[in-house]
Parts: sequence; C-alpha cells; structure tokens
Amino acid sequence: MANSYYDPADLRKFGKITEWSEELGTKFFDYYGKVFEEGALSAREKSLIALAVAHVVKCPYCIDAYTKDGLERGITKEEMMEAVHAGAAIESGATLVHGVQMMNKYNKLSM
Amino acid sequence: MEQSILPEIKKAAKKSLKARENELASTNKQLEILNGGPFAEGELPYFKDKIAEIGHAPLRPRKLEILQINVGYMCNQVCEHCHVDAGPDRKEIMTRETMELCLEVIRNTGAHTLDLTGGAPEMNPNFRWFVEEAAKAGIQDFIVRSNLTIIRANKKYYDLPDFFKKHNVHVVSSMPHYTRGKTDKQRGDGVFDKSIKALQELNAVGYGMPDSSLRLDLVYNPSGAFLPGDQEAMERDFKKALKEDFDIDFHSLFAITNLPISRFLDYLIASDNYEDYMYALVDAYNPSAVANVMCTNTISVSWDGWLYDCDFNQMLDLKVGSKVKHIKDYNEDILNDRNIVISQHCYGCTAGAGSSCQGTVA
Ligand code: SF4
Ligand code: SF4
Repeated sequence: MANSYYDPADLRKFGKITEWSEELGTKFFDYYGKVFEEGALSAREKSLIALAVAHVVKCPYCIDAYTKDGLERGITKEEMMEAVHAGAAIESGATLVHGVQMMNKYNKLSM
Repeated sequence: MEQSILPEIKKAAKKSLKARENELASTNKQLEILNGGPFAEGELPYFKDKIAEIGHAPLRPRKLEILQINVGYMCNQVCEHCHVDAGPDRKEIMTRETMELCLEVIRNTGAHTLDLTGGAPEMNPNFRWFVEEAAKAGIQDFIVRSNLTIIRANKKYYDLPDFFKKHNVHVVSSMPHYTRGKTDKQRGDGVFDKSIKALQELNAVGYGMPDSSLRLDLVYNPSGAFLPGDQEAMERDFKKALKEDFDIDFHSLFAITNLPISRFLDYLIASDNYEDYMYALVDAYNPSAVANVMCTNTISVSWDGWLYDCDFNQMLDLKVGSKVKHIKDYNEDILNDRNIVISQHCYGCTAGAGSSCQGTVA
C-alpha cells in the first residue's frame, strides 16, 4: 500500500475504474473521449481549458496528464502558464466577488 | 526532470555516447534494458506477443519500396534525442567502394524510393559524387535527409540548395518546433536561427513552394519524453507559424516518435522517464499500424555495407535475419523472404497513428 494519497503510477490505472462498474465506467470514458475530439473548439483549445481546470480543481493527475497532452500538441509553456493564470484569475475572482456579500451583510448589520 | 541533472545531461550531450564511453554505447546493454524492466517483470507485454495477438508474428516484409542508405554517423550537431548517436566525433563514414556497391544495387532495385541519411550525409567526402551517380539511376523519389544547419555550417555547404535542385533531390529536414526555445533545447543553441535561414534559402531556389515539384518536407520529433500529437494538426500549426513569422513554405510535416534507443534512451533513463515512456508507448499501441511499419517495405544499409530491417535496428546492430547480410551479396528476392528482427523499441513504430521515416503509417 502506498504511504501517500497520490501515487503518479495510479494515473495509468485510471482505466481500471471500469472493472468495478463496467457500464458507468465505459459511459464515462466514451463521454470523456468525445468531449476532447475536434469540434466547435479545437482539441488544442480544449487541452488548454482542461489544464486550467486541472489547476483549479487541484488534481495532480490531471495536471500531469494535460501538461503532457499540451507538449504532445506543441503547446508552448507560455500558453500553458497563461491558461493556468486564466483558471487562477477566475478562482480568485470567485472568492473576491463574495466580498460583495460580505459588504452587503456588513452594511445591513451596521447602523 | 530534476532540475539538478539537466546541466549534467546538457554538458555531456556535446559528445556522442561512444566518445563518452557511456555504457549505452553498447548495443547489448541497450537490448538488455529493452528486454528487462517492466517487460521481464510481466507488467508490460513483449512486442512479439503483442503482434502475435493479431497474427503478425513473425513480422514479415511486404514488397520492397524504400532503400535507405546511411552514409555515415558523422554530424555537425549532437542532438540530445539522436538515435544514431551521431556527432562530429563519429568517424564511421561510408567509403567510395561501398558506395559503388550501393550504386549497383540502386540501378537494379525494385524500390521506388532512395533515402540517404546519416549523421549529416553531406559530410561524407564522396556525398556529391554519390548523389550525382545515384540520380542517374532514375529512381522515382530520391530523398536526402538534411539537418538544415549543415547548409549554414560552412561556406563549402552554402550551395547545397542549388545542388539538391540540380539533381531533383527531395529534401526532408528535421525541425523540432516552430519556436526558438524548444528547438535549441533539443538540438543545441543557435540551431533554430540557422535552420530558419536554411529553410528560407531552400524556398528561394523553389523548394517547398506550394506548386513546386521540388519537395521539401519537415520532420518533427518531440523534444522530450512524450509522444507526437496528431500529425495533421501539427502540420497546420507549423505551417501557420513558419509562414507568419518567417515567410517559410514547406510541403508536409512528418511526426516521428522517438524510439527508446541510443541517446534518447540515455536521456529517458537519466531523467527518470524510461518506465513511464515505455508504458505510454505500449498504451498507445495501435494494432492497425503493425502491417505498415517501416521495416515491412524498407531495407537499411549501414556505412560499412551491412543490411538491416531499419535504421533503428542498424543502431542496435540487429542485422537482417537472412543469409544475405551484406550489400556485396545483395539479392532482393532472398532478402524479402526473411523474418524481421524485433524488440521492445518497435513499440515506437506502432504507437498512436504509427511512426516511420515517412511519418504516420496507420
Ligand atoms: S538527430 Fe540528426 S542532426 Fe541531430 S545529431 Fe542526430 S543525425 Fe545529427
Ligand atoms: S523499430 Fe524497425 S524493426 Fe521495429 S517495427 Fe520499427 S521499423 Fe520495424
């Protein structure tokens, strides 16, 4: 048993989740595969979105996977870092916009 | 990669593994690694078992289409990923006598493509004579794999674009990325600017222009421990960037997977990427690529005239499994009736859309 919650080698076992629930696992991977195909957005654009989201949800597996995916697609490190900032900006913006709630409450409670 | 080993690898990479007396200069050592690790432990299947599942073992040639001749391992560059372990310190160069034997074969072969490679083939002192003679044989497609920087390396090479044009040579050149940083990281400082200049000069004599019959194709190898992305998408990105930034035109882009041998194997091991890379190759195994892997239509000739199933097997010193093993005894019918010699590096040819010197195969 690994003595840490995250083991990089677990990423390549991801497909095994299907073994304990064939139908749902298969449906998930079909869906997942479909999402990242070329569409109205290019597969390249979707890879950058995935990288940004991977950082926002702080999934080390997804960060590894989409950094590699970006390299494979010839995405530059500058593009990758900008995508991470886009994610981070939304995440901090989401925190900060709640500041309005704090202000509203403060004002309501204050004389 | 650990930041701390990067400078070490970089420093070492100025010389070939052979000159450094690195243990991976031994082909036996490389084969031992390819047969060991996750394969010996049963975690990953051997290539022969994998292709047996679809009835392709033993792997057999189809019709011979490409004669690939390696005229020597000397090169003006020492790229980190080089599967030839080429460099200025390599002295293995094809002699004129061996070239004469090759010409005899070129004149009589059923192959439609002649593919000269190296090292930097242009550095062979008899290169020009050989090209002139070979061009007379009237082979349909005559490729020279040129690393581009050689054209700018020395005054004596400046006229290569005109020379190639005169003999209607099809130029295939490596270009790891359309940005300077990535290119120089893999191939060395200054390589990007020189390559751009060389491409512009090839364009100037007509190579790679949209309706030109002077073919100029680019080869893309990933600059690291990852697989090439979709060839068409990469070609689109390369075309757009090279046109917009440098007004460069070219015909096709071949996305080629780095095979885990020689200097690339050394890099994979030193950067602790070897196992992950082998898993990635096996994971990306595409059964429909197997029937068209390069060795099924190619014979590779080494600088000293030995025959191999492909340039990779040449670098692993895995000679053809035929009683004809040398160009002096060349016989296409006998050669074509052979079993191809395989090992785990072959997974590099069947990953994703497959990979060969002419790009994807599936
Ligand atoms: S990859 Fe090509 S250009 Fe680079 S060292 Fe090897 S033979 Fe020379
Ligand atoms: S490495 Fe050579 S022998 Fe192996 S599959 Fe590729 S072309 Fe064939």
